[in-house]
Amino acid sequence: MIAPLLDHPALAGAACLALLAGCVLCLYRVAAGPSAPDRAAAVGVLGAAAACLCAVLALVTGLEAYMNAALAMAALVLPGALALARHLEGRPFDE
Amino acid sequence: MSDGLRLVLGLLGWVLLAAGIALTLLGCIGLIRMPDVYTRLGTAAKCAGLGASLALLGTAALAGGALGAKAALAALLLLAAGPTALHALARAAHRSGVRQWEGASGDAYLEDRSRRKEG
Repeated sequence: MIAPLLDHPALAGAACLALLAGCVLCLYRVAAGPSAPDRAAAVGVLGAAAACLCAVLALVTGLEAYMNAALAMAALVLPGALALARHLEGRPFDE
Repeated sequence: MSDGLRLVLGLLGWVLLAAGIALTLLGCIGLIRMPDVYTRLGTAAKCAGLGASLALLGTAALAGGALGAKAALAALLLLAAGPTALHALARAAHRSGVRQWEGASGDAYLEDRSRRKEG
């Protein structure tokens, strides 16, 4: 499949950079905490941003594998956070 | 596909992608800047969940075909799972006694739960 985004490589690069910056911000929250739900939510948002990044990369490169990765991330990360929430509920956290 | 439809889809895709990425980035900044876990979860659920779905819909409009269908499916999954997961996380935090920010105007969930216990 011919990549449609290659018509505007500068715009696609800006989109990738913005999503990458979002991922780095989420990583900071994963590292800093302070509570477990903070980290779990940051991982969820990180996964969503990474799924977008993969989708944009799929358009830039025209490789379908990137879109499969985006679909897998979107399908797994947030339900993972949901499972983590059920696991954490009622336990005391060290803040 | 006709040229006009392609033009409209391309334009729509770029607009959705730009709006989605801007919202996602705002959500990530909120994740850093907000004062406590509940406000952070609020920004994450609203901005990042909707933003990521919009960006994926934008890529779906730009790609078309099987690639676009996958992107649209991913957007639907994010739209369904994102708010659910972050809501459950906020509930878990509240039930485990994570404290609110001192500047918060109230705790409606706590009031509701104590009212239900009395009634």
